Amino acid sequence: MRSLAFLAATLAIMALAFWAYRENYRTHAELAEVRALRSEIGELREGLSVLRAEWAYLNRPDRLRELADINFPRLGLLPLEPQQFGDVRQVGYPMPPLRDLSEPVDVAALNGRTP
Amino acid sequence: MRTPLRPLARILSARARGENPDAIERENIRQRHEAMRETGRRTAAVRLVLINAAFLVAFATVAARMAVLAASDPQEPEAASSAGVSIVAQRADIVDRRGRILATNLLTHSLYAQPQQMVDPKGAAEKLAKIFPDLDAQRLQKDFTGSRKFLWIKKKISPEQMQMIHEIGEPGLLFGPRELRLYPNGAIAAQVLGGASFGREGVQSAEIVGVAGVEKQFDAALRDPANGGAPLELSLDLTVQSAVEDVLNGGIKLMNAKGGAAVLMDVHTGEIVALASLPDFDPNARPAAATTGDASDSPLFNRAVQGVYELGSTFKIFAVAQALDAGIVAPTTVIDTKGPLVWGKYRIRDFHNYGDKLTVTEVIEKSSNIGTARIANMIGGERQQAFLGKLGLFDPTPVELVEASGARPLRPAKWSEITTMTVSYGHGLAASPLHLAAAYSAMVNGGTLVRPTLRKRAEVSVGPRIISERTSAEIRKMMRLVVQHGTATFGDVPGYEVGGKTGTADKPKPTGGYYKDKVVSTFAAAFPISDPKYVLVVTLDEPVETSGTEPRRTAGWTAVPVGAEIIRRAAPLLGLRPALEPAAEAGVIRVSN
Repeated sequence: MRSLAFLAATLAIMALAFWAYRENYRTHAELAEVRALRSEIGELREGLSVLRAEWAYLNRPDRLRELADINFPRLGLLPLEPQQFGDVRQVGYPMPPLRDLSEPVDVAALNGRTP
Repeated sequence: MRTPLRPLARILSARARGENPDAIERENIRQRHEAMRETGRRTAAVRLVLINAAFLVAFATVAARMAVLAASDPQEPEAASSAGVSIVAQRADIVDRRGRILATNLLTHSLYAQPQQMVDPKGAAEKLAKIFPDLDAQRLQKDFTGSRKFLWIKKKISPEQMQMIHEIGEPGLLFGPRELRLYPNGAIAAQVLGGASFGREGVQSAEIVGVAGVEKQFDAALRDPANGGAPLELSLDLTVQSAVEDVLNGGIKLMNAKGGAAVLMDVHTGEIVALASLPDFDPNARPAAATTGDASDSPLFNRAVQGVYELGSTFKIFAVAQALDAGIVAPTTVIDTKGPLVWGKYRIRDFHNYGDKLTVTEVIEKSSNIGTARIANMIGGERQQAFLGKLGLFDPTPVELVEASGARPLRPAKWSEITTMTVSYGHGLAASPLHLAAAYSAMVNGGTLVRPTLRKRAEVSVGPRIISERTSAEIRKMMRLVVQHGTATFGDVPGYEVGGKTGTADKPKPTGGYYKDKVVSTFAAAFPISDPKYVLVVTLDEPVETSGTEPRRTAGWTAVPVGAEIIRRAAPLLGLRPALEPAAEAGVIRVSN
């Protein structure tokens, strides 16, 4: 009985040790992956900040103004002016389609309403 | 083998010898007890050793752990936190109100040399001088061959330059990573942003510290890692700022001015949408402060915030507003404007003679010094000082620029009656254009004080009341009349209902007295005047308009057209729709029968 218990305990310890060993290795592997991802995120962020700076630099108002001037014959861009604000009433809506004249209209059934 | 207590053989032989056999039993019992005691003692000794060992192991573990903790470098918990990821740069970005970048960081490199590691110091010096034309080859050679062990060559270099230095192949030339503060928009909003430079420098990194403007004002906040790199949001609008600077620059050239400033401010929140001061500079290469000459001529000087000028007739609004608010006069009250007004040894004159009598509205419309002086006299010096003080015209503006706290308005030491009169039309009291913009906001927004700010504000808090709503409405009407019929007729922008007031002040000579032919002309405007959203103050330094037969310097000919053009350009960008002006109230309608 006793030796059986010893045997069981030894086996349990071996199993646990094996499990702990594996967990330890997996943890280290995960940490290494996290580190790699972090440094990748850092690099991407760095790249992003460079791109943002470049975007801001390329879109600086002075440059855009010069480009608009250079390309004026093609684009015809001018500074925004008050009269460029429109009104909904100025929009030309399409006319409703004309009714087919060959179609008969039952005037009596309409009872005074428009078709 | 267990010894019997009474072994038969010994007992029988003892009986035969006539001895007491009980003695044998006692002896045996004693021996057995002794043996038992010995075993017990041994067990106990073993246990003690075991316990000792257990404690020893436990304490040794604690001690070893403590030693490890004490000896190891601090380390952030890797698995648990994600804080380290979000911070990239050591200094946060600055963005405008719509999130466009005004200042950001770029990674670049610095170049330094360790001459003792150099293979060919002479060749390296020559090649370096070829790459950087501003370096002197002779000097570099002397440094490289001398006794120096370390020297900085360039604080920041571009990737192309770095490649060229790599191609020299000199092991003694080394690079250190550097963060570089970049202002992608160049000179736009230069004085507001200020600039940055390196603080403490090491080979591996260098501190970036703000040297002026918001960079210095918010230096600690921008560098605080606790903010997690959140950008600093300014109230400026990059597009509007650029348009304002563009127009102002054109205006300065047309009006032959030395410089100019413009402030565009939200009348309700005090947010500064554009703040321009020309001439300006590129904060990416901030020039050194001038050591000779007038500091106010330097491009570093922020005329809108630091420049305190006598702002002339724009101050008349304050005197009239106070008199209206106190019930001393009504807009239709007739004021005696017969000139010149003699007060002691002083004579107050108008630009033209506007006749003997004007109503209060006409005093503003025509900008009569005499009329305003008389109104100020009715108010009295003490009340006038209290009013101007409440408007913040005696203290530096609270705007978030390091330069602002140094720009204290110049007020006369002694406030005599003649001071009361001259200050009422803007002479004798010097304030910055920003002061004026804040004070005008309070005049037209319904009468509550605003604090000018450069930070984007989420909520609007209504400041303390300065004048009543009614007075504010009357002032707005007068300002509209100034543009329609008065001194600022060039200021009208169709659709935007501009109201304003001009001011032309002679520049004071540094030796005392005033120049005859140098003025500071100012146009303070609000639009749309029936429900103002923005206040614009344009100031031109020494403008001359020369299209006519004689040079014209008054604000109506110089600052006003520039201001109108700024409104024409900026208002659509601010999203203001041009609107039909509310028709004038119908007066008497002529009828006949």
